[in-house]
Amino acid sequence: MVHGEAWTIKEFFTYPNEYIYWTIQIVMYPFMTGLVAGAFVLSSLYHVFGIKQLKDIARFSLVFSFALLPVAMMPLMLHLQQPQRGIEVMMTPHFTSAIAAFGIVFSTYGMIVAAELWFVYRQYFVQTVQELKTKTNRTAWESFLVPLYSILTMGAWDISEHALEKDEKAVKILAGLGIPVACFLHGYAGFIFGSVKANALWMTPLMPVIFICSAVVSGIALCIVTYVVSMELRKFIFAWRRKLNPDLPTTAELKSVELHVVTMTVKYLIMFLILAITLELLDLIFRGYTAVKSWDILRSVIYEKDFTKIFILQYTCGNLIPFILLLFPRLTVRRAVLGALMVLLGVFMMRWNVVIGGQAFSSSFAGFMEYQLPIWPHDMETFKEGLFGALMVAVTPFVLFYFLSRILPVFGQKGGH
Amino acid sequence: MNRREFLKRSIVVVAGMALPTAALELIDPKKLLAAKPELRWVFLVDTYKCVGCGFCVKACKIENEVPYDADVTRTWVERYVITRDGKTHIDTPKGALNGFTSRKIDIGQGHTEEIRDEDIVQSFFVPKLCNQCENPPCVQVCPVGATYQTADGVVLVDRKWCIGCGYCIMGCPYGVRFFHPVYKVAEKCNFCYHRISKGMKTACVDACPFSARRIGNLRDPNDPVTKVIMTERVAILKEEYGTKPQVYYLGLSKEVR
Repeated sequence: MVHGEAWTIKEFFTYPNEYIYWTIQIVMYPFMTGLVAGAFVLSSLYHVFGIKQLKDIARFSLVFSFALLPVAMMPLMLHLQQPQRGIEVMMTPHFTSAIAAFGIVFSTYGMIVAAELWFVYRQYFVQTVQELKTKTNRTAWESFLVPLYSILTMGAWDISEHALEKDEKAVKILAGLGIPVACFLHGYAGFIFGSVKANALWMTPLMPVIFICSAVVSGIALCIVTYVVSMELRKFIFAWRRKLNPDLPTTAELKSVELHVVTMTVKYLIMFLILAITLELLDLIFRGYTAVKSWDILRSVIYEKDFTKIFILQYTCGNLIPFILLLFPRLTVRRAVLGALMVLLGVFMMRWNVVIGGQAFSSSFAGFMEYQLPIWPHDMETFKEGLFGALMVAVTPFVLFYFLSRILPVFGQKGGH
Repeated sequence: MNRREFLKRSIVVVAGMALPTAALELIDPKKLLAAKPELRWVFLVDTYKCVGCGFCVKACKIENEVPYDADVTRTWVERYVITRDGKTHIDTPKGALNGFTSRKIDIGQGHTEEIRDEDIVQSFFVPKLCNQCENPPCVQVCPVGATYQTADGVVLVDRKWCIGCGYCIMGCPYGVRFFHPVYKVAEKCNFCYHRISKGMKTACVDACPFSARRIGNLRDPNDPVTKVIMTERVAILKEEYGTKPQVYYLGLSKEVR
């Protein structure tokens, strides 16, 4: 069977070789990189601009961004027909291609996040090792942590006031440097689509900017959700453990979700949301107004074929309703989480409508193609480019985050920055 | 080692490393091919002569080992039927592999549309193949340089280097590219490069019973194909994309996509 045939439905006249070649994984790719970039920008708001209210979530979103990082690459590997050759993008980049920059941008960004994490956690590593070394009856986990943290300090044991000040400065510089790189990482994902002149829906210089804005929106939204959920989960687990061991701190003593953190984060979310919607609508209006050759087919895709996906799921459920939910006075944590979840849906649908929507019409402008998401896989291909492949990509960052947060604790830490 | 010594040795190492690099430079394949500036392959399609028999598609699939029944093809023929109400009906069942055996228009998913003879005002066939663009967008977007343009103008794919990302397929406005069902890499018409570089014609040109397809050298003013392109009114497909396609058409109509 030809690649793409399993999930493509063709209608009217399409060229014989046209199929939906870029499927759910390519929807996941900008969605995941968007989350990476957004989470990082959120943490930078605290580190660079010193927005104190974001202190709690800053450390969290930095670690989360790091956990998301390898996952941004996963959908690409899953969609390649020759994944074993994927490394060629790094080894023999062909620089007229937007994708060729991936290796460089991605690894630069990865190094910045890793370096920033190191500066943020160095003090913690040193203190923990020193603390644990004096302890006589260490648990197996603690005995494991001592050498691990010792290696992670990389020999920088100095935690004097002066050294920590230097750390803080380094974090600030890295976070500042990271913002443009994060934007570039994601803007360039937009460029990959925006520069395809053969695709009438994709080709617009606004694409990179729209991608950056929606990336920040989705990143912040996911940080809010994960922050609240993991805080609540923690409380829940502690309450359960306390039944067995009453010496543990009560749930009241634990740091819980701070409403002011959520409110502040939501403010930034709304700001970027407005920007994203404005640009998307501008693009739509401009296309309708200029009505070039491709508009006839685009109109029937946007207003007829994909109406539900674009206007109901993306704009109404993903933008309008959460916008009202988040702007309404006396915001509660629960409402913020609901709003953030809907925003995530909205951004996901936006990616879907760009990637799949861009292939919903033939480049002959005389026919349509429809993507039928393979649900139950019957071979490797329908697994990779179907529901389960996408779910695998979606779940991985949370698994990684769980393990990372064992080593780099993100909650209720005293001190540090 | 003092500084002077260090610098001396560095020069020796750099010079030693530069030598093999220079050797590589000598056999740069691009330069070798550029030694033949008198060659630029072009294609000429005479739509007046095409009857939609599909022999070209068959010949191409067999010659280039694209699985015969797979729903992808390096070349295909489109049928255009224009009716009295101004509508254009287009189809290409299986790329016209078996020609056009039914009068009904294939509208996908096994459905057909019947058109009464008296409603038809115009009807014709248009063969399609890779345009071997002078400014190929597929080459531009390949992230690893697996697809490239030869000095004589043909765009080729390196099956051993293609990572199968599909960006070139997305980048082609003509829809000529697809994933090869066996090799799982990007595939396209290459004017039967293995044949034309040995002085033969392409498989489709040889198979066409009506000479609707012809191949020639644009740099040779005495080439009959070049003469037609230079002296007659020819058109190209989708000029607006700036790809500078090198497949020229005689009798191209505004309805052609």
